[in-house]
Amino acid sequence: MRLTVNGIEQEITSPPLTALLHVLRDELEITSPKAGCQQGGCGTCTVLVNGEPRRSCLTAVVTVDGASITTLEGLGEPERLSPVQAAFHNRYAAQCGFCTPGMILAATALIERTGGPVERDDVLDALGGHYCRCTGYVKIVDAVMAASRGEVEPVADVPSSEAGEPDVLVKGSPA
Amino acid sequence: MAAETLVPNSADEAAQLFGDGDGVTVFGGGTILMPAIASGRLKPARVLLLHRSGLDGLSIDGGIVRIGAMVSVGELAEGPDDVLARFAREVGDLEVRASATVGGNVCAPPGQEAQRGDLGAPLIALGARVRSIGGGGERTEPVEDFLVGDRGARLVLEIEYDRPSGAWSAQTMRRRHARSYAIANVAICSNADGIRVGVSGIGPTAVRCRAVEQSRNADDVLKDVDPVDDAVASAEYRRKMLTVLVRRALDEVESS
Repeated sequence: MRLTVNGIEQEITSPPLTALLHVLRDELEITSPKAGCQQGGCGTCTVLVNGEPRRSCLTAVVTVDGASITTLEGLGEPERLSPVQAAFHNRYAAQCGFCTPGMILAATALIERTGGPVERDDVLDALGGHYCRCTGYVKIVDAVMAASRGEVEPVADVPSSEAGEPDVLVKGSPA
Repeated sequence: MAAETLVPNSADEAAQLFGDGDGVTVFGGGTILMPAIASGRLKPARVLLLHRSGLDGLSIDGGIVRIGAMVSVGELAEGPDDVLARFAREVGDLEVRASATVGGNVCAPPGQEAQRGDLGAPLIALGARVRSIGGGGERTEPVEDFLVGDRGARLVLEIEYDRPSGAWSAQTMRRRHARSYAIANVAICSNADGIRVGVSGIGPTAVRCRAVEQSRNADDVLKDVDPVDDAVASAEYRRKMLTVLVRRALDEVESS
């Protein structure tokens, strides 16, 4: 099987019924899709499959053989955040951060789909399957609406990526 | 041992690989199977995946709506008619609807904590027929008959119904948060011969309420339906709410 993940073609060797979530995290070591509830209910494993948001925990990798997958890592970089990432950063839309990858990808797909400003109800509809256990919904919805209107200020205070963050990848860990 | 995976490239190939269904686990959208497989609760030996089988056609031809088994619930939320769309929109959330299929919805095994197969209510009310294949070949039967048959021995190919033209009502009751399973769903469609009443979200499968169709008395819904207790609602609450929902649906259909 082959996947194009964030623009890079990858040969996949996991068994065909492996969840896309675990292919990304355990085989490719891409850890922004989080292993939350792992039954489709929480939203944090959401990735884009050919541009459309899908639950990677509910997606058997064989069913997306040949597809193009986008994770949070494919949207922007610390020095060059995507508009939704920048809006989340500037408007304090992330607290613990566990739901943030799924929220940002679903919001990015919503703005892509509508092609312009989105209303509050559109955001609630598009993010309805994404749970924020910090209950930071107000700032999240505000950030998505601001990003959709192009109201994104440059980000000045992103921590340097040279800060030497420890390697936190632990196989099987949800984080 | 890892499961053997079968990926047919046509409906004919899918039917051939399915055979009489013995020992075959059919994989539609995966929204029910994936958590069970990933957690190790389900260890299927042979899995028939339908994503390349071509069973995803959706058409309206001569007033007959034909929905392939692999059409997503998300697609149904956008059409082909308002009755089905009204219930499809309530299933799961945007991403789950995009994966979930109509074939999976009518084949879903009973859930432990909540009831599945919400689309059964509108499909019964619409007079839908299920075209399936398995031991003994192909057959087409009313959805309410299909639901009480040996569903594991049938491979759903298509669901079809005459496009509705009469009055209809959709009543659905859920807890007030995203992705909540139904407490009860009631769908009524009227046609030249009378009304058809479908109820779902109240037990292992959706049920056609013939008593209400004849009497038009909401209390008669409990003659055909015996609601269950689960994590979403108690049977007692469901019984009380069902009569309310059926009364509202009858009122709406009769006043339009």
